[in-house]
Amino acid sequence: MHFLYPMCCFNSLLNLTCQNQNNYIQDHLKSALFDAFCLTADVFNRPLCSLISLFFHFFSSFQMQFMLLFSRQGKLRLQKWYVPLSDKEKKKITRELVQTVLARKPKMCSFLEWRDLKIVYKRYASLYFCCAIEDQDNELITLEIIHRYVELLDKYFGSVCELDIIFNFEKAYFILDEFLLGGEAQETSKKNVLKAIEQADLLQENIDFQMRLFAAPS
Amino acid sequence: MSDVVEKTLTALPSLLSLDSQPGSAKLSSTSKLGNLIRGITELTSKHEEEKLIQRELSAIKEQVSSPNTTMRQMKELMVRTIYCEMLGYEASFSYIHAIKLAQQGTVLEKRVGYLAVSLFLNENHELLLLLVNTVLKDLQSTNLIEVCMALTVVSQMFPKDMIPAILPLVEEKLNHPKEIIRRKAVLALYKFYLIAPNQVQHIHNKFRKALCDKDPGVMTASLHIYLQMIQENPEGYKDLTASFVAILKQVVGGKLPMDFNYHSVPAPWLQIQLLRILSFLGKNDQSTSEIMHEVLDESLRRAEMNHNITYAILYECVKCIYTIHPKSELLEKAAKCIGNFVLSPKINLKYLGLKALTYVVQQDPKLALQHQMTIIECLDHPDLIIKRETLELLFRITNAQNVTVIVEKMLEFLRISKDDHTTIDLVGKVAELAEKYAPDNEWFIETMNTVFSVGGDMMQPDIPNSFLKLLSEGFDSVEEDRKLRLFAVNSYISLLQGEPGKLPQRFLQVISWVLGEYSHLREDLEAAVVQRLLARLLDMKNCSSETKSWVLTAMTKLCEGASGVSVAQQVSETYSSSLDTVLRQRAQELQHLSQDSELRAKALPRGVGLEPVEVDSSLSFLDGFVSEALAAGAAPYKPPHQRQEELAGTKALSLEPYGLSLPISMSSCITDRQSPTLLSMSSGLSGDSTDLSHKGGSAALKLDGVKRVWGREGYLSHKEPVEEPAQVEVPSPVRSPSRQGEADSSHSRTPTLTPTPESDQEKQQLASSLFVGLGSQSSVCLMGKSEQTTQRFRRKAKGHSAASSTSEQMSNSAVSPPSTVDSLLCNNLLDSNITSELAVSSPKRTSQLSQGLAATNGTCDADTELLESDRKESKPAVITDSYVVAADPAPHADPDRPKDLDLSSHLPAELSGLSHSEITHLCTNQNLELSACHVQKEDSLLLIVFISNSSDSAVQQILVQVDSDELEVSCVGDSPVEVRSHSVAVCQYSLSVKRPAVHIELAGMVSYQLPAGSPQSAPFSYKLPLTSFIRPLTVSTEEYGTMWLAFSHDTRQNLTLISDDQEPLTATLNVLKRRLQLHVVEIIGMEGIVACRLLQDQPCLMHCRVHAGTLAVWLRSPVPDLPDCLIYHCQRALQGH
Repeated sequence: MHFLYPMCCFNSLLNLTCQNQNNYIQDHLKSALFDAFCLTADVFNRPLCSLISLFFHFFSSFQMQFMLLFSRQGKLRLQKWYVPLSDKEKKKITRELVQTVLARKPKMCSFLEWRDLKIVYKRYASLYFCCAIEDQDNELITLEIIHRYVELLDKYFGSVCELDIIFNFEKAYFILDEFLLGGEAQETSKKNVLKAIEQADLLQENIDFQMRLFAAPS
Repeated sequence: MSDVVEKTLTALPSLLSLDSQPGSAKLSSTSKLGNLIRGITELTSKHEEEKLIQRELSAIKEQVSSPNTTMRQMKELMVRTIYCEMLGYEASFSYIHAIKLAQQGTVLEKRVGYLAVSLFLNENHELLLLLVNTVLKDLQSTNLIEVCMALTVVSQMFPKDMIPAILPLVEEKLNHPKEIIRRKAVLALYKFYLIAPNQVQHIHNKFRKALCDKDPGVMTASLHIYLQMIQENPEGYKDLTASFVAILKQVVGGKLPMDFNYHSVPAPWLQIQLLRILSFLGKNDQSTSEIMHEVLDESLRRAEMNHNITYAILYECVKCIYTIHPKSELLEKAAKCIGNFVLSPKINLKYLGLKALTYVVQQDPKLALQHQMTIIECLDHPDLIIKRETLELLFRITNAQNVTVIVEKMLEFLRISKDDHTTIDLVGKVAELAEKYAPDNEWFIETMNTVFSVGGDMMQPDIPNSFLKLLSEGFDSVEEDRKLRLFAVNSYISLLQGEPGKLPQRFLQVISWVLGEYSHLREDLEAAVVQRLLARLLDMKNCSSETKSWVLTAMTKLCEGASGVSVAQQVSETYSSSLDTVLRQRAQELQHLSQDSELRAKALPRGVGLEPVEVDSSLSFLDGFVSEALAAGAAPYKPPHQRQEELAGTKALSLEPYGLSLPISMSSCITDRQSPTLLSMSSGLSGDSTDLSHKGGSAALKLDGVKRVWGREGYLSHKEPVEEPAQVEVPSPVRSPSRQGEADSSHSRTPTLTPTPESDQEKQQLASSLFVGLGSQSSVCLMGKSEQTTQRFRRKAKGHSAASSTSEQMSNSAVSPPSTVDSLLCNNLLDSNITSELAVSSPKRTSQLSQGLAATNGTCDADTELLESDRKESKPAVITDSYVVAADPAPHADPDRPKDLDLSSHLPAELSGLSHSEITHLCTNQNLELSACHVQKEDSLLLIVFISNSSDSAVQQILVQVDSDELEVSCVGDSPVEVRSHSVAVCQYSLSVKRPAVHIELAGMVSYQLPAGSPQSAPFSYKLPLTSFIRPLTVSTEEYGTMWLAFSHDTRQNLTLISDDQEPLTATLNVLKRRLQLHVVEIIGMEGIVACRLLQDQPCLMHCRVHAGTLAVWLRSPVPDLPDCLIYHCQRALQGH
């Protein structure tokens, strides 16, 4: 019985929230809904598909849902999730998506409908860049977000290759975080993004240098 | 640029094998991570990889927990753990260490620590709480990079409850001299707004400051917040429209620094964001839309370059142009733009073109017609995504003439599609179209058969439900009903004689129900034959027990004649020992009813129309049984919460003043114990009304008092509102014949309209069958999904040949028979054709009208609700010219118009002594102004509508119609028919609550006629809080106790206590009493009981207890939703105090 409780709770909240016109109450409901969702997700360990799509739908904004980088062999190279999901669900989504995207032929459309989401993907050499957005979002601009990210990587690593990303994936994450924050394009000026990264890197090198100085006597 | 990247990346495979390439210099080949990665690439099997990673992880685990590990080593370990997690191996032991690293490391170690945290944990992870302190510390750091890192992690995830702790610090950062800090602070606030909007409500003016920031990056970031806020409440930000337009103008004009350019397009992300905001602001708002027309035009003009990014902007522009109040020039340009998309050889653009077309086709069906050949080509496109989008487009342009072709295309797609999500979606659409536009019985049944067999058990359960409902409720003519049912029976019999094993369970259930109910219609068919066919189903291996019980019920209905009974006996013997209780129950029923034909005729009467099934929600038929049991010493029933309380009570002192100590009357403990919602839920879940009888526990009782409980399985749930287009019983013309005729004419016109260079006969044929009915006069019923009721099931269309003359009459004269136009409002709205022929003569006016038409289309969101409620009540409505309101160039009221303060003097004399709410303005048309207020009487609530005529001539034929989902509205006294010039008339309505809601919306429509002119109408709405309906309920404590036990709907919540008084409880209750008109029954120590009632005697009880500085409130009522709504108002009342 207690398994059903959060589920019912979530559903009724969702209904309430969708119907209610009052802003104030909606705010409260939204946060309650959020809690209920987490609870449900916990209890089931893996929330039901419909639940997720409802969830995505309800918290609809134009933000990206997640971004995946994987190789032609289907090996995951980078993953960034902008919506809270359980590990199990993440794995499931990744597995399904990688399969679907890899099965597509080169001349096909870069967009995919998948569950309630739109998948936008592009292949650069052996790497696939794949983003999930909502139906109302603009697919083309997402494609350009991917491209801008590749440009940034390219500029930072100096003609980037998959190995750069494999061995320095934390750097790739840092760049991504400077460019996209919480699923939204944070800084679209290429110069500014790289400046931010370089500043942090500079600091790192300074410290590395100091460390070496200190380490030398021993 | 991208070429360079591609080239480099293509060189990659060679790099993988040779490490000594120049690129690998920075690959830190000596690092442990490098070793790990190289180790993994060398492995051949998944199993080996698993072993290696497990070894690695256990080594990491050992190291991280050792006290000697330095933070520097820890950083390296974390990177390796992130890698392992990415490969899909769980390393939760490291989460706490990631937090520690972020806490204790130096700047660069912190950076990795924060990264690990943001990758490992999600928003709701409990460990995130441990990060709060670190974030706090870093936000206060003097090192910019530390501040940046803290803000970055905050904008990705932060525990909702801890927002107040860091909010002041983040706010402070909005004034930071560095733009990167300001930008990140804005994004952090955006995140807060998303997860807890009420927490950042007070800093809205700071958002404005961010919008005016001199750095374009910060300004761009603030647009995220604005987009979200404007989407939720466009009304609140209309004043910013000019600013957004100005920003967009500057951006488009290239005024931003060069580094915001992307492929020499100025700040595309910013442009798109602004276009989205503008479309929300301009939706349904003419004056706001006018401000943006110019800049939209410029955006369209500037975006000419042939690059993806300009297409992205164009697409957003087009969407915006079609969303806001239309302007014909812009629409033309946008249409051209869409054309370019659709015709583009690039597949991505084609896809977007189709998507845009789907979006606009409701307003502009001509566009679809223009591109019909392209659409046909897309229909055969090898990429399924394109195909799918094309079908979506076709779905929107379906009408009665092209439905067969379109549905056939959809079914074709369904057969090859393997994606569950698509199947579910498409099956629903096919079913919807089939119900709406089916040309004949055979087609309908066959299409539904395919739907059931393709959709299988994945499809929405309401599809079979509404299909069965359609069959059982029938249509206008009895003969037609019989034919449809007979056809269904025939087709199902032949299906069962074939290979029923392949059919999905849902379909089998439908089949068995239909055969059970209607197989007697086929006279040459013996019941026993059907019995045997059904019995065969039971023996199938994959037959689920739910299906089996459907089959058994169907057999129960069919057992006639000796051979039928023998089959029944055989089957019931097999299943009466089944382990499944439901099956056993069914088998028992089958056995008993097959022997007693008299009882069967009573329990399962044949051929009775769909009478509403009466449910005895109090289960009063069980009273005798219960009292017997009580007399025999059984314990009285207690609802679950009471039981729980008692359980808790055994551990501590009972805190409830009235529990079992009160005398419980026998009746209160039996009746109404079962809440109606629970009841409908259980029946809804199983679709099986006999569940009720289980509660009795005795088979002998189950028929007593309840009529036909097993009669129609699955129908109890229909008592709840089901979205079901085809069930409305109002006879009304579906398609006005004028439109039909025109559709016919366009049928013949279509081929000439298509300029096809190649004479591809087949495609042309397909095109003419697909686009038939899409006349150039745009009169097709392009109903969105929201307007389902406009097109009925086909039978309704017949026998209304007189409609055209009637509608003509209506448009010209005010005397209009109410039922003809009723519920056709939407058709009328869309059907500009009739308008332009009848009401309008000058061509100039026509273009205005088409604008207005588009506007009304745009407003459909707001209006459909109203329209639907109109239909539901199906009250007479004299609505003929509603589009005129929208087409009118200046329908907006002058805001400075002197408020009619003297309206209150028009209040009826008998009400003048009572308090009334503020008189609010409802709507203005050029001649009439409507205002309203409500008056609270002791036993009722009156809505007073003032109609003031400001013109020089009298207004006649006034009809004000008020309606609401939540309310029962009845007219009091005579309503005025005519209002003389410069005078005010008053209508009164008495309101009572059907269904409680926090705020109750009334939708209405006023229609009238000027002496010289066409009839006009205008919609309006009125909102009032539930509290207006609340009255005190005077009861004694004993009565209260009795009632408390009898009510089933409850809510508990903690409220704030007014603590500045000596007696907090009394003070709080007094506030509630004063503000909400409650009756305080008694206050005992720290507890108080309060009672109130909703008008028409629906009580709600409230129990309050002071606990830990808050007021724990428990509400109970027999009315669902009432406690929830009331608690909301209590909250508001106490907050406002």
